[in-house]
Amino acid sequence: MEKRDFHIIAETGIHARPATLLVQSASKFNSDINLEYKGKSVNLKSIMGVMSLGVGKDADVTISAEGADEADALAAIAETMTKEGLSD
Amino acid sequence: MTEMLKGIAASDGIARAKAYLLVQPDLSFSKKSIDDVDSEVARLQAAVTASTQELQKIRDIAAKSLGEEEAQVFDAHMMILADPEFVGAVETGIKNDKTNAEQVLHNVSTQFVEMFEAMTDNPYMQERAADIRDVTKRVMSHLLGVTLPNPALIDEEVVIIAHDLTPSDTAQLNRKYVKGFITDLGGRTSHSAIMARSLEIPAIVGTEKATETVNENQMVIVDGNTGDALLDPSADDIAKYDQEAKDFAAQKAEWEKLKNEQTVTKDGKNYVTAANIGTPDDVVGATDNGAEAVGLFRSEFLYMDSAELPTEDEQFEAYKKALEGMNGKQVVVRTMDIGGDKHLSYLPLPEEMNPFLGYRAIRISLDRQDIFRTQLRALLRASNYGNLAIMFPMIATVNEFKQARAVYDEERAKLVQAGVAVADKIEIGMMMEIPAAAIIADKLAKYADFFSIGTNDLIQYSMAADRGNEHVSYLYQPYNPSILRLIKRTIDAAHAEGKWAGMCGEAAGDTIMVPLLLGMGLDEYSMSATSILKVRSLMSKLDTKDMKKLADKALNDAETNDDVIALVKAVTQA
Repeated sequence: MEKRDFHIIAETGIHARPATLLVQSASKFNSDINLEYKGKSVNLKSIMGVMSLGVGKDADVTISAEGADEADALAAIAETMTKEGLSD
Repeated sequence: MTEMLKGIAASDGIARAKAYLLVQPDLSFSKKSIDDVDSEVARLQAAVTASTQELQKIRDIAAKSLGEEEAQVFDAHMMILADPEFVGAVETGIKNDKTNAEQVLHNVSTQFVEMFEAMTDNPYMQERAADIRDVTKRVMSHLLGVTLPNPALIDEEVVIIAHDLTPSDTAQLNRKYVKGFITDLGGRTSHSAIMARSLEIPAIVGTEKATETVNENQMVIVDGNTGDALLDPSADDIAKYDQEAKDFAAQKAEWEKLKNEQTVTKDGKNYVTAANIGTPDDVVGATDNGAEAVGLFRSEFLYMDSAELPTEDEQFEAYKKALEGMNGKQVVVRTMDIGGDKHLSYLPLPEEMNPFLGYRAIRISLDRQDIFRTQLRALLRASNYGNLAIMFPMIATVNEFKQARAVYDEERAKLVQAGVAVADKIEIGMMMEIPAAAIIADKLAKYADFFSIGTNDLIQYSMAADRGNEHVSYLYQPYNPSILRLIKRTIDAAHAEGKWAGMCGEAAGDTIMVPLLLGMGLDEYSMSATSILKVRSLMSKLDTKDMKKLADKALNDAETNDDVIALVKAVTQA
């Protein structure tokens, strides 16, 4: 399993468009991918799951991937995070 | 057999096309136990697949005909259908509870809707609840084998038949194919009526039974001038209405010649005909119809079309755009008029017994000065880009006006001190829509630079009759001498102080009202842009001295609304 921590810097947190793009990015991979925040974990391929966490600015989240393409999945998600200004 | 359907004429013109029923099908179902869960899950998956395909098709067409932005809502819907937590939860539910797909879908959807709606501090999430409801409806329709209306898919000329049309319905309509509207509900001032006038398509509202009477694909003639609809018209009817449509087009062409002319009466007196607008984009329609000013820019769209309070910069850009679009002609912006029937998800207002008599408009602005000051600063900054005037809605007392004006003066002084460019002269006026204010108009005229009469509210408050209540709709009497006297009092009070008086209600574009207003000396007539040239043409045929005599009779001799109508018709149709 691959795991990585992210610190959210975007003013509005993981919200609206960035949330959509994260889900789209995760959905391209076969691995099981989860987003963990404040002890709650949701499926990163689920827009409703991601948005229900209400991740705001300055939140610390952990994303984990498990499966054959776990390394590629995390790399792609990290790229989306930076590109969308969600995390540095 | 030709059938006739009668309603309220809401938007001028004549149209003939096939009926398109924009009616929600029955989506009710009952709970059932299921033995063969695998085929029930397969039935769900088939409905989800069919819904996704349908959404993709709607999305493509909507992107082409309505634009990428309008189409994005369908992307959001497809994303929900692709969400493993959503469809997955329904599948699991069917398997675990051995219950039919309809019931489980309903339960799962309700659970998500409630979760998102509970996030009251996050309006974006609350809007997602509406998406989940819409998607659920679509999947449900496939499970039940009924068809949802998909107005975005219309690709031939139609007349829309609906119970009522909401802003989200109209956003999906392609203007190229929609030739007219007929609705069960509504009056001349309802959303569907205003929408039809801004699209310049004929409409009839308030027929009460259009959706029951008209069949899908039935041929319909909409006469938006009289409020009559003909179903299955005969060849004679078609010939007659086609001729009328031609005459109407010819008359419009005649009015069109007045587009770049001033508004002048038969005896050579000048007045101003202006447009009411709702967004900066409406300025195009205003100038296309020859508006000499914007007499009412409703600033509510900034608040209603947003998920949170609009920032000062967002507002500044909108006001600047409208001012620049009018190219030096005056633009009267009305400050926030929220409350009554207009609500904001992010600004919860208290539940009230009588919202129209409650916490609304200037009453909110004076209480929530943070919101009010942001709007005034945005307006002041924009003032440098054109000819701005500001008016406050729902002023009832002299003190309210003085307080609002004091807040304005403070913000102005602060900006000037900070070196921000602000126009030298900005007229500060008020809406005249509360009878108490009209009665002390002489006092208010000392402080306000102008009055703008809002007829709908003035009538509603004077008659103590809710304008949305059908049981008391007979009290909507714009020509009643009581209303005319309040209007006259307002105009006289303004003139006594050297100020001007305008009207920004629908009545300012009404052919019975205009002769009376002219006779009472009203200076500015602000209306739906599409009525301007009709009124300019009418005024060019009227003599102010004759109209003064007419108005005197209406004010002093008439007893009823009908008396006044008869007086006006006797003069103008002679």
